[in-house]
Amino acid sequence: MSMLELHSVSKTYGEGPAQVRALHEVSLSVEAGAMVAVMGPSGSGKSTLLTIAGSLEEPTGGEVLVDGVSLGRMSRGAKAQLRRRSIGYVFQDFNLLAGLTAAENVALPLELDGVPARKARAAGLRVLEDLGLADRAAHFPDQLSGGERQRVSIARAVVGERRLLLADEPSGALDSVNAEEVMRLLHAACQRGVAAVVVTHDAQLASWADRVLFLRDGRVTDQTAPIAGPESLLTPGAGQ
Amino acid sequence: MSVRHALLALLSEGPKYGLQLREEFEARTGEVWPLNVGQVYTTLQRLERDGLAESDGEGEDGPQKGFRITPEGERELAGWLHTPPDLSSPPRDELVIKILIALRMPGTDVPAVIQAHRRYLVQLMQQWTRIKEQAAEGDLNLALAVDAELFRLDSVIRWLDSADGRIKRGRAAAPAAARPGLPKLRRNVGLRR
Repeated sequence: MSMLELHSVSKTYGEGPAQVRALHEVSLSVEAGAMVAVMGPSGSGKSTLLTIAGSLEEPTGGEVLVDGVSLGRMSRGAKAQLRRRSIGYVFQDFNLLAGLTAAENVALPLELDGVPARKARAAGLRVLEDLGLADRAAHFPDQLSGGERQRVSIARAVVGERRLLLADEPSGALDSVNAEEVMRLLHAACQRGVAAVVVTHDAQLASWADRVLFLRDGRVTDQTAPIAGPESLLTPGAGQ
Repeated sequence: MSVRHALLALLSEGPKYGLQLREEFEARTGEVWPLNVGQVYTTLQRLERDGLAESDGEGEDGPQKGFRITPEGERELAGWLHTPPDLSSPPRDELVIKILIALRMPGTDVPAVIQAHRRYLVQLMQQWTRIKEQAAEGDLNLALAVDAELFRLDSVIRWLDSADGRIKRGRAAAPAAARPGLPKLRRNVGLRR
């Protein structure tokens, strides 16, 4: 079952000679439990693709389906509910609210969705515990390290019944050990059935994905083959 | 990879048999650098010949023959650990040569050539990342060995990305003059600075 489908999605900004085509007929499908990475240089359209997939921006052409439902046919209210309930976002700069503790930040999407505060906090704490952050629950963002902040933002992205994770350079500001930890958490969420799209220019991040799409000038130009087993790398003489 | 010094390192812990050396070598390198039996015994013979290791001296070469490191071997090992490998002169990198040749060949879609290599490298990285992800928690040897491979492949991809960007800029600056010769492209890039 596809959690996310993009059919020939295009996006242009501006008009006439100043027109910029950010995406050109991009199609992609992400199954539940799969992680797809979209790799490309700056300006290739990666972030636009993610904001359109997350219903934060409208495409100028094509169709986006989340969990089988076309975003184009949804009311603004229904889209807002979808964003609160089903989609988790992870950004490079964490986007945590400075005035809220880690636990309050994580519980926020549930509270905005009408879940009673006590229940939302309990759910938030559970996710923080799962991510090894129980002892940081009462800390404010400025009391956390960069790696901890990003783990809190992942907790916020997966709390509740989210089924689609959209991550934009999720470990861009972190050192390689913390970056790996972030990707392990996203990968673990996928193993629990969540679908994820990670956009990045970083091959080390992209290599966590089941499939990597290459974006160039707004077009998908290539993608990786299914991942081969480790045997070919661990056999004498192979890969040398 | 210096099998010779890796075997000396294992012998520095105490005398060992040939088969044991091979098994420990593979375990230490997270099985990322598998050895065949022949390589182990040939290397041990050379270590013995050079006076860096000595054997029981009895019977045929084989898995049950014991080896120990000599004081000369200890010195060799310590010197090797502290000597940086020679990275000063650029290796003759086949990939670099292919891209340089592609630039000179009229009608070649160079970005497509670059992408073919990029895709292959990303696929390799996916394989290594899977191995790391599935490894037992705390298997430090494997994680370090796989990280080394990932960083190496990543650096090649970064070079391809940078080449891609440079070629794109160079062609945008002077599309006709820049092709097909690389020296012309270089000059154009130089003028932009």
